[in-house]
Amino acid sequence: MKKKAKGLSTDFLYKLFIYVALITLAVSIIVPVGWVFLASIKENAEFYGSPWSLPKGIHFENFIEAFRDANMGDYLINSIMVTGLALLILLIVALPAAYVLSRFHFKGSRFIHSFVKAGLFINVSYIVVPIFLMLLDWDTGLRAMMGDGFFLNNRVILALIYASTALPFTIYLLSSYFETLPSDFEEAASIDGAGYFKTMFSVMLPMARPSIIIVVLFNFLLFWNEYILALTLMPGEHKTLPVGLLNLMAAERAAANYGPMYAGMVIVMLPTLILFIAVQKRLTQGMTVGGLKG
Amino acid sequence: MVNKKWSRRFFIGVCITPALLLLTLFMVVPTVQVFRMSLYSWGGFSNNQEFVGLNNFILLWDDMNFIRSFQNSIVLIVFVALATIIIALFFAYLLTNAKVKGSSFFRIIFYIPNILSIVVIAGIFSAIYDPESGLLNNVFGMFSLENLEQKWLGNQKIVIYSVAGALVWQAIGYYMVMYMSSMASVPKSYYEAASLEGAGKMRQFFSITLPLIWTNIRTTLTFYIISTINLSFLLVEAMTGGGPDGSTEVFLSYMYDQAYTNSTFGYGMAIGVVVFIFSFVLAAIVNRITKRDVLEY
Repeated sequence: MKKKAKGLSTDFLYKLFIYVALITLAVSIIVPVGWVFLASIKENAEFYGSPWSLPKGIHFENFIEAFRDANMGDYLINSIMVTGLALLILLIVALPAAYVLSRFHFKGSRFIHSFVKAGLFINVSYIVVPIFLMLLDWDTGLRAMMGDGFFLNNRVILALIYASTALPFTIYLLSSYFETLPSDFEEAASIDGAGYFKTMFSVMLPMARPSIIIVVLFNFLLFWNEYILALTLMPGEHKTLPVGLLNLMAAERAAANYGPMYAGMVIVMLPTLILFIAVQKRLTQGMTVGGLKG
Repeated sequence: MVNKKWSRRFFIGVCITPALLLLTLFMVVPTVQVFRMSLYSWGGFSNNQEFVGLNNFILLWDDMNFIRSFQNSIVLIVFVALATIIIALFFAYLLTNAKVKGSSFFRIIFYIPNILSIVVIAGIFSAIYDPESGLLNNVFGMFSLENLEQKWLGNQKIVIYSVAGALVWQAIGYYMVMYMSSMASVPKSYYEAASLEGAGKMRQFFSITLPLIWTNIRTTLTFYIISTINLSFLLVEAMTGGGPDGSTEVFLSYMYDQAYTNSTFGYGMAIGVVVFIFSFVLAAIVNRITKRDVLEY
């Protein structure tokens, strides 16, 4: 009887310890993120008191100021355009390539496979300056011929580069999924007289939907949050949201005007948070399939 | 039959050519350029490229700022990897093996930092670390621990650990989910058997869990090296700009400053080459010394 009581109390202490640990980490994440949301509706004078005081009212002007004066509205549209276009290009290019690489054996297919895999080791941070120089070079050439640049400050080109740098991971993930599909479907389609293109579009691509969703989710986060390429390749007016936020952070800190800065942070992270809450299960499961990090 | 063969070739060509073109243009060519340009002295927009062989690398050897960024990067890699492994393994173990109420709630919350933009994380941690109105110093103030208050981003001695803290905060959830998925495949009967033998939770973790997921941990070690080099650059560039006085300058931020901000492209690319090789060599060494016989179960 005595022994049981002792067992109970160590068990209780163990449970207590577990929950204290879990809640500590959860608080260390919820509090700063939640604090940014609260700070985004504070008036400027409130930032001089204790950071723990709750907002006195909803000072929505911060958002208006961020959208209008700091151009975050334009940058939001740019981000949506670049992210959407990059996802579209990525899928159009990566899906057929992944399908062919996983289902067809031909001369050089092994080489191309390892070629794509090698791309997994190249990080954008290393090649951002050479890409900038290459575009600058093309622009200089164009200016000499036509009097105007084209490649820098171009949202379409930025989207194209986003898609290209995401290709190795995406093709790798998609083709490992295609490999698991049984070949019966292709054979059946072939007997029915469907050509290669028809088989791909109407039989194989629809079956790849689960992995396509994962690819879209991961790359959405990647493209939406990316800033070093956007910062380097878009020095002009068509900035994306994270770059706009960087500028906002520098400007607001210098002018000690904090509200719009936090409003800007909310604008950047809100879409990803909403998406994450909606699909978190797929994302954390899909991660173990891909098992890769930028 | 000839027609069929031709249409197969045509199909394959149409499907993979765009991908190969884009990869070559925007990944292979720039990578080759990094290596090629590292052998040139190229003072930026003057377009005067002069082949100097390994001279850039010799200059690097004596560049105290580079040595410093090297030291900072190594501190970050070691600190971030160790702290993240310990914390992530701990929480992964709790969430898979202890019957925790609301475990999926915790899993979701812990993963949130991973989906935030590095720019947002830089903003959040600027707010946390602010000396006067920052969250951290005010928490210490609340508990009357004023002597723990610091200028987290202003003190050159500790600022690198402040950066490391943000990186760990960002990484825990991601690696935790990875460890959880490999822990989930460890058969429950092992723990039951160990428990009958009288082994405690600690003992079970070190004798069962750790050896069985060792392969997974090894893989993540390579991730830590690659992603810390990359993310420390992105965070430092957005949060401290390498300051104060170069005390948070890391590998790639120094490269970016030299190559882009200073327009000394050749020199910057030489830094890139060194970092590239360094990360591969480090990953290979770590891989070698952590090699154990794979346990089957």
